[in-house]
This record gives sequence, structure tokens and C-alpha cells, in this order.
Amino acid sequence: MKWLGALFSIFLFSFLYLPMLVLVVLSFNEAKRGSAWLGFSWKWYERLFHNPDLINPFFTSLEIALSSAVLSAFLGLCVGYLIVRGGKFNREAMSWASYLPIMLPEIVLGLSLLSFFVWIGFPLGRMSVLLGHVAFGTAYVAVLVRARLSQADPLLEDAAYDLGSNRRKTFIKVVLPQLTTTLISGMMMVFTLSFDDFIISFFLAGVGVTTLPMKVYSMLKFGVTPEVNALCALILMGSFLLVTTSLLYLRSLDGQRHV
Amino acid sequence: MKNRSIGTPLVNLGAWFWLSCLVLVPLIFVFLLSFMTRKTYGGFEAVWTLSNYLKIFDPSMGILILKVFGRSFLLAFVTTFFCALLAYPFALFLVFKSGRYRHFLFALMIIPFWTNFLIRTYAWFALLSDSGWIMQLLHQLGFELQSLNVLFTWKAVYLGMVYNYLPFMAMTLYINIEKIDVKLIEASHDLGAGVFQTFTRIIFPLSIPGLIAGSVLVFIPCLGEFVIPDILGGSTQVYVGNLLTQQFLTARHWPMGAAISMWLLAAILLLIYLFKKNQKTKWGEAQI
Repeated sequence: MKWLGALFSIFLFSFLYLPMLVLVVLSFNEAKRGSAWLGFSWKWYERLFHNPDLINPFFTSLEIALSSAVLSAFLGLCVGYLIVRGGKFNREAMSWASYLPIMLPEIVLGLSLLSFFVWIGFPLGRMSVLLGHVAFGTAYVAVLVRARLSQADPLLEDAAYDLGSNRRKTFIKVVLPQLTTTLISGMMMVFTLSFDDFIISFFLAGVGVTTLPMKVYSMLKFGVTPEVNALCALILMGSFLLVTTSLLYLRSLDGQRHV
Repeated sequence: MKNRSIGTPLVNLGAWFWLSCLVLVPLIFVFLLSFMTRKTYGGFEAVWTLSNYLKIFDPSMGILILKVFGRSFLLAFVTTFFCALLAYPFALFLVFKSGRYRHFLFALMIIPFWTNFLIRTYAWFALLSDSGWIMQLLHQLGFELQSLNVLFTWKAVYLGMVYNYLPFMAMTLYINIEKIDVKLIEASHDLGAGVFQTFTRIIFPLSIPGLIAGSVLVFIPCLGEFVIPDILGGSTQVYVGNLLTQQFLTARHWPMGAAISMWLLAAILLLIYLFKKNQKTKWGEAQI
């Protein structure tokens, strides 16, 4: 049984990782066309770094991902706090709303925000893409905050009130410190979701702004050059590095808490 | 004590800004939009009509829409089924047999989930294209094939969908099966049940909430998916997501697109309602 399971897992992991591995290998391929191996080369990477059409979208994506992570962390904290500690109406409304962006297909969220922005005359561009990412990012952070806060002891806050602390001070000195890890992991989550997001950006970008996934998409649709392989390989390796370090970091934080 | 339930004003402001401006009002607006009329050059005006909804009864357009919906539901259903089929044994193995590699293997399963799905999807090109590695391998083995005939057909779309959504299912199932009390399994063995009987009588029934949660998590995004069909199917096949994108970005018939997305929402809400209803009666506390 054990060997069968191990064998099956190997099959599953090769299914998951083989295409990505091949992509990375091909990014070092000398050949201009096709996937036959013609020798090792760095040249696609070199071309990539001299191509402003790719470097600008990269920084756009980075900027949007960072700002949406911070904004979502703040709004998600508000929403999650109200879900757990709010009055009945707030509780119901927020917990209901926090599932919508997660449960609805992304495309529905994208097109509803698009028509809303056009209706109120909000210009499409960097800002609208950012707000679109905040729309779903907040929901993810809220779910995390809710999970953590519902395990926290409300008596701690009561104690703060009894000792004469006001609402603002209690929130900052008692509630926030308990949520540090949650907010950090929430921000990392929103950062990756935002950096990888294509659908929402595709709907909300208008003509003025191109994020990296949008650039990748248009390169895939119109003319695949080996530069795309190099770019994709770089993004893959970058996200692997990021995810692995953040998993290790979160584990070390968990370890500290137990000690 | 009394103040606790109110929160600080800033917290309220932030939360309500998000709820109203970024979630609720846009959705309500799409609902209204679906009753509006298209202006001649795209755009929309508030001339109220039901015609966008009635289009579904129109012989040509209606059949097209119904076909697209049918195709999308089939795709979502088959994808969910195969994800469950592949992820279930894996989750079982991970929980019961993987020993000290458990956390490592779990991380290995969820890492792809954090990488860009466009790129993961594109990665299949290198394997599936006519000069791809699979074709080369087949040629080496002596098969005389002109083309693999997978890329830009429905086969590649289905493959790409299962590939992309598998981690969601595996994650949900693993978290669910991990929570099953080992004592129940030990008790079942003590009372003389074999491995197979323990599975059918104890483990499987207890894992049904996980299966349901995982299925919802896969099924709903699958319904709206348009990028994977677009890339791997080469737009030979139109699914609901593609139809919506067309209506909003190419054909610029927004009210029509809004009406189609309302049909999609209605279908999803119906599904969630059915799940919830069953969840109360039969399946205990499935987390949806």
C-alpha cells in the first residue's frame, strides 16, 4: 500500500512539475524555433534584460502588488475584526460579503468592477487595477484575520477596557499585536495573488497600463519567442524562491510562538 | 464592555468602503446593467428592457448561449471529477502513509498554486506542440505521427484545467482527512474491520465534507474560466468565460454580457443553495 501510494505521488508530482521543468530547460536552449535541444545559451536572458517592453510591466506589477498587499491588509483587518467582534448587523454583512470575491468566478468580479468604474466615470488605469486587486485581496485577508481572531481570547480586550483603555488604544495595543503573523502571511498571500493576477487586470487596465501577466499573455497570443521562455522561467524560479522562503519564515515564527 | 461591539470609526469606515464600493455596488450595478439597452457604438443607456434575458429564447443566439453554458458545465464537472480522482488517493497517502515527509510533500503540492497560472498553462506548449518533447519521444520510439493533435483542441483544455485546479482539491482534501480522529480508525481495526472496510465505513464518510468543499472550490472558478481555453484551446472552443470577455471587451455589448453573467450567477447560487441544503441534512458541517 505504502509503495503504491509513493508511486502514485511520484506520478502526480511529475504531472505537476514536468511541464515547468521543461519550460526552464528550454529557456536555456540555443534554438530559435521548436523544442529540440541545440545547446546551452544565456542569450534569451540577455535579450530579456535589454527589453524595456518587459521591464516596465515588471515594475508596474511589483508596484501594484506591493500597494494592494498593504491596502488589503488594512481593509482585511477592518473587515475581519468586524466579523468577529462587530455588532450583529456588521457581523452578518461582513461575513457574507467576505465570501463573495472568493466564491464568485473572478471574471464576474472583474466585469462588475469594470462596469461600475465606467459608470461612475473612474478612469481605467493603474488605480483601477489596484482597486480591483484590493477587492479580492481584502476578502482573503479578512478570512485569515477572522480565523485567528475567533481563537483569540475576548477577555483580553475586556481587561483592557476595564483597566481604562479606550477603543482605539485597545485595538492598537491588544488586538493588533495578536494579529501580526496573520497580517504578514495575509500580505504575502495578496502580494502573490496580485502579482499573478491576470483576469481582473485584463478587465480593469484600459489602455494605459500593462502588468507583467498581461504582457506574458499578449506575448503568448501574438508570436512566441524564446524570450517568453526565459521570462516565464525567471518568474517561476522567483516565485519558488519567494514561496519557499516565506513558508520557512512562517514556520520559524510558529516555532517561536511554541517556545 | 458596551463599546466593544462597535469598533473604532476608522475600522468601520474601511470595512464599509470595501463592502460597498468594491463588492456590493458593482454587483448591483451589473444586475441593473443587464436590464439596460446598448447604445449604437457600445456603451449603455438606462432604457429598461428584458430583451437581454429573452435572447436566450431566441432561436439562433439562444442556442449558442445554451450550448456555451452546457459546454462550461461539462468542463467544470469533468475537471472537478478528475481533480478529486487524482487528489483523493494522494491526500490519503499523505495523511496515513507519508510519515516524516508529510509536510514537505504538502508544501510541494501547494507551491505550484502560488506560481503564475498563465505560465503553468503555457508550460504545456513545450510538451504538447508538434515539435514538443512528447512528439520527439514518440518519434524516437518509432511512431510515425504527423501531429499529436492535442494542443488547440478540447483535450488540451481539459488537461490544462485539471492541471491548474488539482492543488485546490488536494489542499482541501488533505486538510479535511488530516482532521479525522485516529482513534476511530484504531477502533474500527480493533473491532475486526479490514483496511478496505475501514475505508468505506469510516474514512470515506468522514471525508465527504472535504470532497464537497474541494468540489465547490474547483467547480465555481472552472465555470468562469476563460484563459486556459483561450491559450490551450486556441479559442477554437467558446466557454462562458470567453463569451463574457467577448461581450465586454470585443463586441462591446455590455448589457448582454451583464445578462449572461447574471445567468451564470444564478446557476452558481442555485448550486451553493443545493449544497447548503444538503449540508444541513446529510453531510454534517461541510465548510463552504
